[in-house]
Amino acid sequence: MFLSTLFLGLVLGGTYALLALGLSLQYGIARIMNLAYGEFMLLACFAVTMMFTSWGLGPLWGLLIVVPLGYALGWIIHTVMMRPLIKRSGGGGRLEVDTILATFGLLFVVQGLMLVTFGSDFTSYSYLNQGIGILGTTIAANRLIAFVVSLVIGFGLYAVLIRTRWGRALRAVALAPDSAYLVGIDVGKLGRQGFALGGALAAAGGALVSMFQTFSATDGVVFTMKALIVVIMGGVGNILGALIAGLLLGLAETFVAAFIDPGLTMAATYTMFLAVLLWRPTGLFGRAGG
Amino acid sequence: MRYLLAIPALAALAALPMVFGDYGTGLLVGLAGYVTLVTSWAMFSGPTRYISLATVAFFGVGAYTVAVLNEVLPYPLVLLCAAGIGATMALLVGLSTLRLAGIYFVIFSFGLAELVRQLITWFEVNVTGTLGRYIFLDLEAKHIYWQLLALGAATLVLSAWIRRSRLGLALRVIGDDETVAAHSGINLARTKLVLFVVSATIITLVGAIQAPRWVYVEPSIVFNPTVSFLTVIMALLGGATRLWGPLCGAVPLFLLFEWLSARFPDHFSILLGLMFMAVVYALPDGVLAAIEKVRHRGNGTSATKPAKEASA
Repeated sequence: MFLSTLFLGLVLGGTYALLALGLSLQYGIARIMNLAYGEFMLLACFAVTMMFTSWGLGPLWGLLIVVPLGYALGWIIHTVMMRPLIKRSGGGGRLEVDTILATFGLLFVVQGLMLVTFGSDFTSYSYLNQGIGILGTTIAANRLIAFVVSLVIGFGLYAVLIRTRWGRALRAVALAPDSAYLVGIDVGKLGRQGFALGGALAAAGGALVSMFQTFSATDGVVFTMKALIVVIMGGVGNILGALIAGLLLGLAETFVAAFIDPGLTMAATYTMFLAVLLWRPTGLFGRAGG
Repeated sequence: MRYLLAIPALAALAALPMVFGDYGTGLLVGLAGYVTLVTSWAMFSGPTRYISLATVAFFGVGAYTVAVLNEVLPYPLVLLCAAGIGATMALLVGLSTLRLAGIYFVIFSFGLAELVRQLITWFEVNVTGTLGRYIFLDLEAKHIYWQLLALGAATLVLSAWIRRSRLGLALRVIGDDETVAAHSGINLARTKLVLFVVSATIITLVGAIQAPRWVYVEPSIVFNPTVSFLTVIMALLGGATRLWGPLCGAVPLFLLFEWLSARFPDHFSILLGLMFMAVVYALPDGVLAAIEKVRHRGNGTSATKPAKEASA
């Protein structure tokens, strides 16, 4: 029981970490708090489900299709919706409030569109749902695949951000948006790319979540909330922090669901959030005052 | 003089249920409820720019308190209990988030309604075993309307008073620049906390007073996220930093939404979202500020025109 719960928690946490990573990029690099993030993830869930049930296309192939689409959608939204707000704010603190409000409106639009298109029922599909034995416990193959893919994408992104020139430029924008342009970085362009990259990660997370979890058109808020909590726990812009915090959140949720009550997972999430806010508001791995 | 005018105005508003029928009175209840919600929301979120997305968390708690206690306690005590619970909840939320940057407060408020809804559902299913409660109170729509009218008027008076007091001034300084506010000796956390608790308590009361309209109450009914959404868009449309802004935003939008939700029930949320975005993009400071701007421009051109003609 304990071991299987541990595995389930880690697997769930892997996808949370991936989801949070996207939100962290959008907030850290593009300075946009995207409250419609969970809705974009759900769009990917529905897209992958459709492709699987009507075309017989496996979710991993679906992943390869929705990730570029997520990037494109993120790019378009940044260009059409966010750029006017960035221009209007002139780099002041007003941008944060404006983007929160704009994406809050977007949340209702996307959610409404999904409700009209897909209805409000819970959706799921069965893909590789047989158990695989590990260390004496069994775990569904689809969860295991989702976990491995999350980790591959997560660490791959980490490597790109740390090792490549593009990644270094993105980090520079996240760290010092006001002075990054002094070293020849196009802050506007990289902000847009960071936001689009976040969209791609939302799509990837959605495709993976749909493999093992039921979802409905109104679940977006909960996913956004979880991603936000992971971002804050890990520290904004801290990639390894987000990975670890995501795993922690997944573990906490699964253990509460298994040993206390499944109806209290959200309460557990919030308790962790409160504890972090009271104890270390800069994140578990953030530096003080950072 | 202006204060004396308020008395006949209130009396006229109170007499409206006699003129309108049942349907009209129902509308008036909703209208008075939203005006009060938006005015109390703007009391805190307007000057500080801490966008609270948790209106329905407090509203729902108020309504649910009435549902739980309406057969146990006399009505005034029920309202008092609701206010107490709302204030305590606001105090807890405020103490844990308002010491930090605004973004933490926004995020926390974003999921708060869902958290409270799930907790109440869990408690009712596992502990009391009754999901769904009935409210049997001898209150007609017009009685609810009068209560809301009184609460709304009191909220406006309170809001006007706060704007003139040191507290309101401190709040505006915080909204402009927290560092400056701290350096001029304002106790940031306490000022924000006081206002947040007052505003949340009023919101809880609105929920409590409106609860008898439902008769049957369960968590998914009273914690409807549309309430939070409508409150924010109404405040933005009118202008959250002005005394009469919330009223100017709430009245037209409420009537529009009533019409829209009857006409396009399936596409309601899409229309809401689009309208919200339109307000954020087109009227960032609210319609009152926009009107003022246009008027200033009008005055400006009329003032310069004669000069030009004279020179030509």
